[in-house]
Amino acid sequence: MELSNITKRRIVEYLSEGKRFDSRKLLEYRPISIEMNISKNADGSARVRMGNTEVVAGVKLDAGTPFTDSQDSGVLIVTTELSPLASEKFELGPPGIQSIELSRLVDRGIRESGFIDFKKLCIKEGEKVWSIFLDIYPMNDGGNLIDASCLAAVAALCNTRLPKYDEEKEKVKFGEWTNKKLPLTDKLPLTMTFHKISKSIILDPITEEEEASEARLTVAMSPKDKEPKINALQKGNAKELSKEEVFEMLEQAEKEWHKRYPLILEKIEAEKKKHEK
Amino acid sequence: MILWLRKRQKALKDVVHKMAYTKRFDGREFDETREMKIKVGVIPRADGSASFSFGDSIAIAAVYGPKPLHPQHLQNPEKGVLRVHYDMISFSVTERKKPGPSRRSSEISKVMEWALMPVLQLDAFPNTVIDLFVTIIQANASTRCAAINAASIALASAGVPMTDLVTAVSVGKIDKSIVVDLIKEEEDYEDGEGATDIPFAFLANSGKVSLFQLDGKISVDELKKAVEAGKDSCKKIYAEQKKALKSIKEQK
Repeated sequence: MELSNITKRRIVEYLSEGKRFDSRKLLEYRPISIEMNISKNADGSARVRMGNTEVVAGVKLDAGTPFTDSQDSGVLIVTTELSPLASEKFELGPPGIQSIELSRLVDRGIRESGFIDFKKLCIKEGEKVWSIFLDIYPMNDGGNLIDASCLAAVAALCNTRLPKYDEEKEKVKFGEWTNKKLPLTDKLPLTMTFHKISKSIILDPITEEEEASEARLTVAMSPKDKEPKINALQKGNAKELSKEEVFEMLEQAEKEWHKRYPLILEKIEAEKKKHEK
Repeated sequence: MILWLRKRQKALKDVVHKMAYTKRFDGREFDETREMKIKVGVIPRADGSASFSFGDSIAIAAVYGPKPLHPQHLQNPEKGVLRVHYDMISFSVTERKKPGPSRRSSEISKVMEWALMPVLQLDAFPNTVIDLFVTIIQANASTRCAAINAASIALASAGVPMTDLVTAVSVGKIDKSIVVDLIKEEEDYEDGEGATDIPFAFLANSGKVSLFQLDGKISVDELKKAVEAGKDSCKKIYAEQKKALKSIKEQK
């Protein structure tokens, strides 16, 4: 269902008074839950819930050939499938622009942060490297799939162990695992997606707010010396932003990151401990 | 040409020695774009067209429409629809690009639609579509910016009602320096703090941002400086775009 004009007007009216349908503040996230190791056959997996939004992400590793311009580095391929199971707006068939953009945003956030140590994923230089297939499946679209997907992707990577590798046949032994974890650094990437609706700027929209959004700005950040650095960024939707609005979003992103990052890290560490044996 | 090559080799060596990026590979100033070449009406069959180049990066844009949109369910009864199709030809890059659309080109097409929509006045053309095809025929970084600049001129030359022109430029943080209009070697820079690539599009008169992407590693304060650098640079590009559009009048 498309958003009716009357609902959009109501959203704008509410926001102008600093209110939202679910009584949150404008820059407040919904409660987040992270579960890791939700799949027995994946090399790593996670489920993230943010309010009604639920996203499942899984990692499968395979031995593949490296890219010609980086012979000694592993490969990361991020795919998102927006199944009609999650929303009446999604359709069967080849990936549309929404899923392509989502995958590429998560990909860039993770890749540019340096969270994955790609150099350690080389098996035989120029011939065999580990390929990380990171697949994202939203189960329910309750708004803000970008932030939820990135979080699920990161959590799944934190949960990933390397499968056994047959040196002679140069093949992966699927279904058998080593005790080795995927080589990760402490530069854990987080995305924050701001939306502009009329004159208000909000974080973590519900579906209705997302449909009323005029412009959005996704900012992916990771820490360097405890300060956030921006690794990827994208403006979306058909309206423009003034320089002042952009600067305000960037400043808020920095501020929110300091609040949000320790919280997420704590949740991920707690889940990690649960599954360490 | 030989002189230029020598200069470039020397610049390369200097950088390797000094590490810090104080001098650009091609000898340009930090706030200097490559030479711009603009031609209008390069595709006579189209309703509007233009080519735009930043040095070795060349984009050609053609506009067809407004025309009836099929299938019907895609139509918007309130206003016309813009469809952008960005792609590169197979031999535009060093390693052959597989022909046909990719995930990258689909994303760029979409962000280009978002970049151009704010200036288009399509209320008078309900149920129609404007098809905008942009092809990169030679690439050396900043292709999406060249594509937007070409597209903006092509739309104007097609007579589509517009409130402003859209002007795009890539800004980069190479090591610690903020530079405009990156080349491939700068995009791939790995020493020091490495490279951050930030394509921008601004509405030329209002100065608002309609395309904003980023890849790399940059602090909020540095990014604010990059926004200012992009805005300044776009003023010069806008002057060139205007000049090219005025030349149509003279031709007629």
